[in-house]
Amino acid sequence: MFPNLKNPVFTDIDDLNEMARQIRRDIMNMLLISKSGHSGGPLGLADIFSALYFNKLSLLPENPNYEERDFVFLSIGHVAPVWYATLSRRGFFPLEELTTLRKVNGRLQGHPAPLKTHGLPGVEIASGALGQGLSIAVGAALGLKLSKKSNHVFCICGDGELNEGQIWEAAMTADHHKTDNLTVIVDRNHCQIDNRTENVQKLEPLADKWKAFGFEVFEIDGHNMKEVLDTIDAAKKVKGKPSCIIAYTKMGRGVSFMEDNYKWHGVPPNDEQGKVALSELTSTKFGDFIDYYKDK
Amino acid sequence: MNYIHKFENYLIENLDIKNPELKESRRGFGDAIVDLGKTNPDIVVLGGDVSGSVRTDMFRDAYPDRFFSVGIAEQDMMGTAAGLALTGKIPIASTYGEFATGRPFDQIRQSIAYSEMNVKICASHCGFTVGPDGATHQSLEDVGIMRILPHMTVVTPADYNQTYKAVVESTKVNKPFYIRFYRDNSPNFTNPDAPFKFGKSDTLYEGSDCTIIASGLMVWESMMAMEMLAGEKISVRLINMHTIKPIDKEAIIKAAKDTGCIVTCEDHQKIGGLGGAVAEVLAQEYPAPVEFIGASDTFGESGKAAELYEKYGLSSRHIAEAVKRALKRKK
Ligand SMILES: Cc1ncc(C[n+]2csc(CCOP(=O)(O)OP(=O)(O)O)c2C)c(N)n1
Ligand SMILES: [Mg+2]
Repeated sequence: MFPNLKNPVFTDIDDLNEMARQIRRDIMNMLLISKSGHSGGPLGLADIFSALYFNKLSLLPENPNYEERDFVFLSIGHVAPVWYATLSRRGFFPLEELTTLRKVNGRLQGHPAPLKTHGLPGVEIASGALGQGLSIAVGAALGLKLSKKSNHVFCICGDGELNEGQIWEAAMTADHHKTDNLTVIVDRNHCQIDNRTENVQKLEPLADKWKAFGFEVFEIDGHNMKEVLDTIDAAKKVKGKPSCIIAYTKMGRGVSFMEDNYKWHGVPPNDEQGKVALSELTSTKFGDFIDYYKDK
Repeated sequence: MNYIHKFENYLIENLDIKNPELKESRRGFGDAIVDLGKTNPDIVVLGGDVSGSVRTDMFRDAYPDRFFSVGIAEQDMMGTAAGLALTGKIPIASTYGEFATGRPFDQIRQSIAYSEMNVKICASHCGFTVGPDGATHQSLEDVGIMRILPHMTVVTPADYNQTYKAVVESTKVNKPFYIRFYRDNSPNFTNPDAPFKFGKSDTLYEGSDCTIIASGLMVWESMMAMEMLAGEKISVRLINMHTIKPIDKEAIIKAAKDTGCIVTCEDHQKIGGLGGAVAEVLAQEYPAPVEFIGASDTFGESGKAAELYEKYGLSSRHIAEAVKRALKRKK
């Protein structure tokens, strides 16, 4: 599909946006097939995943353990569908495998399982129990620094997830050890399971919190491709301290009846809803991995 | 103990059973990582503000760039260790037994065990012997909660020498490990040159009437019990079950077949630890009477280690009595 080159695959913003839309279509199709899984978070992160995997990251799909790879830790394991769709589109595993989400004997576990355990290339370590990813990212950043390597480490956290105390333990460790090879991306969609974030537990002033914990903070529109790309570059250039990108996103982005609605955190669309969703997410030049409604 | 035959060479030569050398097992850990650090640049150590206590301070002072302080944050410590492992390091995560297992259980489960990360969790201050600190610091559940985790190897060495050896050997295996040791001085009696293999127990004494299967500090306590039984013409086999997982099934089954009854001894809850592990094997493979020595579904309290062993039924006297009970239950 795409040549096995180091990045970027696309330099054109339109291509990256189109890929993000395709990833959203893939997410919907995967969830229609599995009839189980999370819609909201994955749709909201598609632009950031397109930017990372099709432009910014150093990686080699055919060699997930590539020495010079940038590390990606998905601390919010429940948004796995966006990661699986992206990894597959980028060539880590065949597109047909996207039909196996959450199915027995499959590699596309409900929450990510690492290469060693379930054999899914591109996944470094398990996630699903919230709050753990940043510690791992800091550990990887420390290890890379000790080895004098220039790989960058990205950790994607949810905003609700920031309720977990371990996140702030890890933030202090990152600050203490000045891990400037580490960038946290916070998916600030203001939604979690029970309600909007500020109703579950007050999170603001969030940027001030990260600043107080020693991070260089960027606040961006997580659906503006150019802003996402430029800010990743800026974050990688930060010296002497870790960086945090607070990406303002909309849960369920791209599907009108899901957008900004916390009730779409953890449910898949039914067949009717899926049809509407796919009609709103116009098809792309990349093509779907399945025509779900073909025989329906 | 001349009525029993020493088996192979698991005990140090010329062991003076009345007056053994005393050494801290935690020091065996501290010395091991310093020695490992000399030759292996991938060895890294995490500190949780108890570095002096768990003896990681010597590594910190010798190799400051390979020592990472994470503060008093055990959950973060386990995650950070997993991340370091992902970059090819061999992280040693060390703190007190309770805080190394109870506090960060979910982190160990997801990021180390399930993810099969090459992290060595090395826990000091285990069991009743932290005495005066009381129940909050007496880790009596750690072996149980590590043993139920898939992919985890659980090791409970008997003394300084064996702790040193277990730590060194664990770094040669690319798997998660839990290694348990103790704060206080204790007899140093295992032979540093004896063969050592995870999952293969050491039979310290041969015997035909009853087998004591002991772990950690209770191995020595069991030797003292055998001294007490010496006059009574009871032939006791003593097994040092240093690896709780994978457990040495063969030795357990053979002991049941050869001696007909078993006593398990551990400085830990009877539930879930060595006793549970031995009983699981016997129930499945070769049912035989078992007497358990350990904490009886209870928390500890403050007191001197010896006082607590006496009160909670872990002293050599209790072991000797358990042997007699086990003998009576034999068919
Ligand atoms: C330790 C832990 N506690 C609870 C959960 C259940 N859970 C899964 S996702 C979630 C909400 C997370 O909110 P956020 O990070 O904002 O993700 P979003 O809803 O935006 O996708 C919760 C509570 C979990 N997975 N892990
Ligand atoms: Mg959220």
